[in-house]
Amino acid sequence: MRLVAFYGRNVDEVLALAWQHVYLVAIATVVAILIGVPLGVLLTRRPALRGTVLGVANVFQTVPSLALFGFLIPLPFIGGIGARTAIVALILYALLPIVRNTYTGIAGVDPAVREAGRGMGMTDWDLLTQVELPLGLSVILAGVRVATVVSVGTATIAAAIGAGGLGVYIFRGVATVDDTLILAGALPAALMALAADGLLGLAERRLAWRTK
Amino acid sequence: MIPALEVRGLGYLLPGKGKGDGGPGRFLVQDVSFAVGAGETLVLLGRSGSGKTTTLKLINRLLEPTTGEVRVAGARAADLPANRLRRRIGYVIQEVGLFPHFTVERNVGLVPQLEGWPPQRTAARVRELLALVGLEADTFARRYPHELSGGQRQRVGVARALAADPPLLLLDEPFGALDPITRVELQREFQELEGRLGKAMVFVTHDVREGLLLGTRIGLMHLGRLVFLGTPDQFRRSEHPECRAFMEAA
Repeated sequence: MRLVAFYGRNVDEVLALAWQHVYLVAIATVVAILIGVPLGVLLTRRPALRGTVLGVANVFQTVPSLALFGFLIPLPFIGGIGARTAIVALILYALLPIVRNTYTGIAGVDPAVREAGRGMGMTDWDLLTQVELPLGLSVILAGVRVATVVSVGTATIAAAIGAGGLGVYIFRGVATVDDTLILAGALPAALMALAADGLLGLAERRLAWRTK
Repeated sequence: MIPALEVRGLGYLLPGKGKGDGGPGRFLVQDVSFAVGAGETLVLLGRSGSGKTTTLKLINRLLEPTTGEVRVAGARAADLPANRLRRRIGYVIQEVGLFPHFTVERNVGLVPQLEGWPPQRTAARVRELLALVGLEADTFARRYPHELSGGQRQRVGVARALAADPPLLLLDEPFGALDPITRVELQREFQELEGRLGKAMVFVTHDVREGLLLGTRIGLMHLGRLVFLGTPDQFRRSEHPECRAFMEAA
C-alpha cells in the first residue's frame, strides 16, 4: 500500500529511472550482440581462438559486478562516473552468453547440411548468412535472452557509479533502511526482467527455425 | 569431342594424424582415371569405404586431390574458383542434403539464386523442374522438406541439382535412404530421365542391381582403386574376384 502511495507521489521520477534502466540494458545488449555474434562466428572459423576468447569472456563473468563497475571508473575513455561506464560493464557481462551461444548454435548445424551447401557452390558467406545463422538462430537468441535478463538485474548496481536506473531506489532504500524504497526499485526491475525474458522467448519461438 | 568429365590419375592422401600415428597417411583414392561423355552414366560401385564418395568429392573439390587432375568440359577443375566449379556440377546426396529451413521452392532455386538469376526466371525454372521430377508445383513449392516423404525429398534433391542446367551431375547414393518400393519407383523414373536429359552423370552406389540398371558403364572401386571399368554386360562376365563377389551378392 505504501508502495502504491510512493509511486503516486513520484510518478515522474519512477518513469525516468525506469527509462534510464531500459536505456542502459538496451544499448549494452545491442552492442554486445554487435560484438558477440561476429566474435562467435569467428570462433567457428578459427577454432584455435576458442579457448582464449571464451576464457576471457568467462573471467569477466566471474568478477563480482560491483567490483567490475569499480575497476572501470579509473580507466580513461571508457571509465569515469556515469552511464557510459555502466554500459561498458554490462556489455562485458553480456558477451559470454552471446559469444558462446553463437558458437554453439553454428557448430550445432548438421555437417551434412553444411557440406551440401558447399557442394551446391555456396561461398562461406552464403553458407553463414543463408544456412548457419538461420539454423543456429534459436540457440543464438537463447544467448541474447540470458544476456538481457542478467543485464536487467546487473544494471541495478549501475546506480552505485552514478549511472541512474532503478538501482537508485534500491541503494537509497538500503542506505536508509527503507523497505518500501528497495521494493520500489526491485519490483519494476524484476518485472522488466520477466518481460524481457517473455518477449525474447516469444521471438525465439516465432523467428527461429526449430528442427522437429 | 571433349568429354564432360575427365579424371586422370586421381589420388587422395588422408594425412596422418601426426603425433603418435607416425605413418605418412593413407591413400583413400589412388590412381583413378575415367572419362564420362554427355548422355553417359558412369556408376561407381564398391563396398563401403572403397573410395567412391571420396572420388565424387574430389571431382567437385569438396576435397582437394593429392595427385592427378580433373577436367570438366575440358577445363582444369583446379583452375576454377571452387564455388563456380560446383555451380556447374549438379550434386545429389542422400536426403540430408536439403536445407530444412528452406521451402521446396527455395531449395530447388538455390543455385540459380547464387548465380544471380532474376526471381521470375528462377521461379519459372523451379516449376519446370518440379514438373520434370513429377511433383505438382502448386502443391509442393511452399512446403518444407520435413513435410515431404523420403521419395518426394529425393525428387526435390534431383530437381535442385538440375536447376542451373549443369552438363555434369554427381549423385552420391541418391536413393540409399529410401524404402525398397519407393527406391525401385525412383530408379525407373530416373532411368527415364537419363535418356531425356542427355547429361553426363557419375552415380555412386553400393547396390549392384541399381548400378546395372542405371549405368551405361560400371566402374568398380576396391580399396581406393578402380579395379574394373566397362559396360554392365562386361561387368556380368568379368572374372575379377571383386566383380564376382558383387554379382554373387545380387
